[in-house]
Amino acid sequence: MNSLSMTFISPLEDSAAQRLRALLERGLPLTARPWQALAEQCGMSEGEVLAWVERWQREGLIKRMGLVVKHHALGIRANAMVVWDLPDDTVSEVGRRLAEEPAVTLCYRRPRHLPDWPYNLFCMIHGTRRERVLAALDDIVRRQALQEIPHRVLFSLKAYKQCGGRYTREEQT
Amino acid sequence: MAALDQLAPLDELDRHLIDAFQRGLPLCERPFAAMAERVGASEAQVIERLQTLQQCQVLSRVGPVFDHARAGASLLAAVAVPDAERDRMAEVINRSPGVNHNYAREHDFNLWFVMTAADEGRLEARLDALEEELGVPVLRLPMLEGFHIDLGFPIPWAELEVS
Repeated sequence: MNSLSMTFISPLEDSAAQRLRALLERGLPLTARPWQALAEQCGMSEGEVLAWVERWQREGLIKRMGLVVKHHALGIRANAMVVWDLPDDTVSEVGRRLAEEPAVTLCYRRPRHLPDWPYNLFCMIHGTRRERVLAALDDIVRRQALQEIPHRVLFSLKAYKQCGGRYTREEQT
Repeated sequence: MAALDQLAPLDELDRHLIDAFQRGLPLCERPFAAMAERVGASEAQVIERLQTLQQCQVLSRVGPVFDHARAGASLLAAVAVPDAERDRMAEVINRSPGVNHNYAREHDFNLWFVMTAADEGRLEARLDALEEELGVPVLRLPMLEGFHIDLGFPIPWAELEVS
């Protein structure tokens, strides 16, 4: 069994936990005892709900827990996806370095699709304005010595949809 | 967004909550009381602020962010469509089950979206169905390696004030 499948909730485990996960994907109810409210909805005790969440955090299924900000609504409207065409033998190392740049909010390696899509590393840079994002990128290119690496900046023009992922089976129609 | 523009600017308490709690929401029976203590407010004030921030779309929600790679199957996808048809195609994508992000971007591949499903098989089936409905090839870009730990994003309040 690989590490990925181990983190999935096995069907033998309580289906109440599955319900809890589906509810959590929509966010906490904003009441004084949110875990108690969730517990009532999925037939657990408040203590059991807290234990599941604590476990999912420990196992890494939950990456972070807190306020999920919509940057665009706040005025952080320049959102650039920067894509790089790196040699296969250096892409992971560069990815790790870019991820440590404070301006970079996400950094992933993905496959190329030649001939249409030659880029294999993706990172996101958010900012209040386009010029500031481009200045941050220039700075990164210089400091990380990436001048020779082909890259493109894809600013977003419009957000048609922006919301949390829904993965649980119960929500499928 | 209209809802936010109608609202008074975010005050110290709003900012403090956003700065302090994009991660590390206290895991206890009364999390908003614990947050209130940290920011010097009452539990009722914190709950009221969070409700308001959520209503005006500054927050999409309060709660966990699941690791996409572990929470199920997902991938980044893109299509190249004529500009005149972009809005219509984006609507088709938005209606497709499992789509949680969908942006127009400056490139020949001008619509970028994230498709999710409970497992790989369902994900492929959803993409195949969407590809057929759109009538253009869907570029499929699964994550091969993730380098970033999601810690939330520091909000540049000073820049937002001058802009």
